[in-house]
Amino acid sequence: MNKTIITVVGKDTVGIIAKICTYLADNRVNILDISQTIVQGYFNMMMIVDMDESAKPFGELADELEGIGDEIGVKVKCQREEIFTKMHRI
Amino acid sequence: MLNMFEVNETNKMIEQELLDVRTITMGISLLDCCDSDLNAVNEKIYRKITTVAKDLVSVGKEIEKDFAIPIVNKRISVTPIALVGGSACKKPEDFVTIAKTLDRAAKEVGVNFIGGYSALVSKGMTTADEYLIRSIPKALACTDRVCSSINVGSTKTGINMDAVALMGKIVLETAEETKEIDSLGCAKLVVFCNAPDDNPFMAGAFHGVTEADAIINVGVSGPGVVKTAIESARGQDFEVLCETIKKTAFKITRVGQLVAQEASKRLNIPFGIIDLSLAPTPAVGDSVAEILEEIGLERVGAPGTTAALALLNDQVKKGGVMASSYVGGLSGAFIPVSEDQGMIDAVAMGALNLEKLEAMTCVCSVGLDMIAIPGDTPASTISGIIADESAIGMINQKTTAVRIIPVVGKSVGETVEFGGLLGYAPVMPVNKYSCEKFVNRGGRIPAPIHSFKN
Repeated sequence: MNKTIITVVGKDTVGIIAKICTYLADNRVNILDISQTIVQGYFNMMMIVDMDESAKPFGELADELEGIGDEIGVKVKCQREEIFTKMHRI
Repeated sequence: MLNMFEVNETNKMIEQELLDVRTITMGISLLDCCDSDLNAVNEKIYRKITTVAKDLVSVGKEIEKDFAIPIVNKRISVTPIALVGGSACKKPEDFVTIAKTLDRAAKEVGVNFIGGYSALVSKGMTTADEYLIRSIPKALACTDRVCSSINVGSTKTGINMDAVALMGKIVLETAEETKEIDSLGCAKLVVFCNAPDDNPFMAGAFHGVTEADAIINVGVSGPGVVKTAIESARGQDFEVLCETIKKTAFKITRVGQLVAQEASKRLNIPFGIIDLSLAPTPAVGDSVAEILEEIGLERVGAPGTTAALALLNDQVKKGGVMASSYVGGLSGAFIPVSEDQGMIDAVAMGALNLEKLEAMTCVCSVGLDMIAIPGDTPASTISGIIADESAIGMINQKTTAVRIIPVVGKSVGETVEFGGLLGYAPVMPVNKYSCEKFVNRGGRIPAPIHSFKN
């Protein structure tokens, strides 16, 4: 499985999750896990997604998600899972 | 499954604490480029480098994108050119043509430095070695990206004092040749003792003759991450402090290991080593000096500095070796003056001097690094400094080096601006007493007694 971590950080507003998830669904990216909190008005979300069936290559998807983030005033970041698993799992 | 805390910790390291992979360095053997015809050698070298390394920069950028981690430098190291050009070069000027070819190849593939304009003369110099050494001032003055290193001693062979004496003059000549740009040529020239074959860091990287045809070596960084981590251990005892450094070093190195494996896979070139060095940059918060100050020193250079550095260096290694299958290169904290804001400040306020820096090099890699000294320093004094550093390396069975910049036209108290990652440095005073008679004795310092292990 080709797992990617998407993190979204920024000022909370209506429809952040909806926008991101709609985009992912349109591009056949499957969401495996979501956690989300609001700390002092700041929206903080982490998603684990599976990109096996993705309609677009990683780079393009990352750029487009970043673009969506810019539109709604949040920072969206895509990273392949390994950078986290390597660092935090022995 | 990963949790949000872990993901945020990693991203905080990258975004706020300046964690990066300092360099992916591709080592390329040029032994198969040897020829007795100079034009043929140049052509073969250019062709080999531009073929083997053609995808290095693009793959580096791809990996940066995939993991959202900056890979600051993509570089190349090659077989010491004194060996490659030995049969074709009949005078120092011939070697300069090879330097220009290396520069052209580096620009073509888009790497910012190419190392290996080198000679290994720890015991003696061949004619070719001497031609190469004598060509260094011109070679570094007429190229932008070529880096040069000379190994003048080792624990096994002792110190080649003829080469040390010559290098004092060469460093001065290089400063003179590049005086319009604050003697910047000297920033690309390192004199080593016990030089490693697989060092990915410039200016001392070369691809040793014991290495494969091509190899990927990676240098990690992350002083800012270590500094932030040990803030949580303020006031705690050494056990807690060491444990914190070790765990952080493990995490940093794992990122390096991941990047190295990915680069190796995508370029289809074997993975060599991870270099565990903590490499600072002039950016605030990316400083080894700040770590030492966080450990408990008012300023770097204060009594206790050497002990704090020894501790830091050792814990970084202990954490790092578990994170990577192969560790090599220099692997230690770097203490360059101009590339570390905390070091610059300490020198400027008089807390840190050349002698204390020398003491610090006994317990860490790599040596007297990026230190600006007055342009009127005699060649024999520079040779004396090189001899002292080499002796530390030879006796302690470790790598030591000297990258010192006698800035033409500048004296103590003035500042030199090198730009970019090379930073800026205050010109430091050098001991005024002469060592000319010592340096000019000629010959070799024999290998130390503990090198006879067979």
